[in-house]
Amino acid sequence: MKLDLKKLKLRKVNEQLQSLDRKVNDRDFTIINPEGNHAVCAGLTEELNINIKGHVGYYCAGMNQKANITIEGNVGTGVAENMMSGKVHVKGNASQSAGATAHGGLLIIDGDASSRCGISMKGVDIVVKGSVGHMSGFMSQAGNLVVCGDAGEALGDSLYETNIYIKGKVKSLGADCVEKKMDKKHIKKLNLLLQEANIKNEKAENFKRYGSAKKLYNFKIDNISNY
Amino acid sequence: MCGIVGIYLKTKKFEKNLGKMLSGMLNNMESRGPDSAGFAIYKNSEKKEYKYSLCINNLDFSKFKKNISNKINKLKLNQYSDHVIVKTTEIPKKFIKLINEEFPEVSIVGYGHSIEIFKQVGNPKDVVKKFNLESFSGTHGIGHTRMATESAITTDGSHPYSTGEDECLVHNGSLSNHNNLRRELKKKGNTFTSENDTEVAAGYVSNSLSNNNSLKNTLVSGLKDLDGFYTFIAGTRKGFAVVRDEIACKPAVIAETKNYVAIASEFQAMAHLPDVNNAKIFEPEPGIVYSWGN
Repeated sequence: MKLDLKKLKLRKVNEQLQSLDRKVNDRDFTIINPEGNHAVCAGLTEELNINIKGHVGYYCAGMNQKANITIEGNVGTGVAENMMSGKVHVKGNASQSAGATAHGGLLIIDGDASSRCGISMKGVDIVVKGSVGHMSGFMSQAGNLVVCGDAGEALGDSLYETNIYIKGKVKSLGADCVEKKMDKKHIKKLNLLLQEANIKNEKAENFKRYGSAKKLYNFKIDNISNY
Repeated sequence: MCGIVGIYLKTKKFEKNLGKMLSGMLNNMESRGPDSAGFAIYKNSEKKEYKYSLCINNLDFSKFKKNISNKINKLKLNQYSDHVIVKTTEIPKKFIKLINEEFPEVSIVGYGHSIEIFKQVGNPKDVVKKFNLESFSGTHGIGHTRMATESAITTDGSHPYSTGEDECLVHNGSLSNHNNLRRELKKKGNTFTSENDTEVAAGYVSNSLSNNNSLKNTLVSGLKDLDGFYTFIAGTRKGFAVVRDEIACKPAVIAETKNYVAIASEFQAMAHLPDVNNAKIFEPEPGIVYSWGN
């Protein structure tokens, strides 16, 4: 089904997608003329396939559950923020805070993501085919952040249990973020993620893994300058 | 939050449509700034002639026209609501002195050989309509929709700020060291008409440009001297430049085609521009100065 955001109100389109009858079999939608609107496809809870043709604004596919959403364009701030499950695929570039606080699912960005990509991620897997900006993975708690390009300043600052895999250069590491050994299980997981993101020309062995040094988990007065 | 927009035409194709393109951009940024709006349009004019953008506030236009015509011999006046564009060969020093002394209720919004500036409180859609922005042509333009934070909702507190000949600045963000910087600039001879932080940044840019620094170098040194959050668009006769602070909380997106470069706080501001879906769209990186035409 085709939904034209030039003719239909955004609220109406989102409502239709949010309140889809579970018995309905036709679950493929195309959204045309998104024209940079905010919160397109936010709060979906059903298994749907949605193709958005064009650039969108902030919080696209926010809070997503189960839906498979592809954006054929660029996305603004906070794409797939707080996603619970499902898949969001951005074919262009993403603005800041992509996948922020997301608990699950898979976010794929074909282009670059700007600053704070994966900030406070809580279990989501994010695969960026390009590069990420500064403070990416800030305070991230669980899940995997994979970057095929480079990472900006202060990567993984104050992170917890997220694994960050970077193929290119890292401008600098944030507080308590260190390079870690790639074990077999990490290579296996990374290969799986690359496969899911349909990346065929990269090998897991060529990535470096970054994680928490776990020195700032509990407050210690000696570490005061690092907080 | 505020909305900033700018458009620079690389070719002559859209010169007649500049006002229309910019008004659409401003209208779409209403959600980021409903308190006041303003815009600067650059259009080349005769080199000897100056254009003075004045806000005559509650003054009667015909009275103002009569009185100012008695003081200056050759001048042309165009009225746009409560704004008047005065075209004359009178040099700025003399003209500004005359306005300040003889017409205290009139405020000078900007002046130069090519700039025309309009700004007023109210919803951006109304402001754009009031000044008939759609009818303007030109080479480049900059606009702003304001959500007031650190100073009052007044015409003086509206953007763009113009503190030098053919210069203007719009700002999304807030500065934390503007009081100190204002004091320093005052010592160097700058004058300020408001308590607004952006006016200080505009003064900083003017001061640096008057010392023969390039716009690009000025903004690069601004990254050190201006403390706070910002995305700036700084306009000059030749073009404009964009810079974001290193933290880059304040958004900006650029769309570039073979005919124009557009910048806005959000993509939706430029969704109506011709061929924008085939444009090269990117975010200006933190702490990097992007410049066109200069």
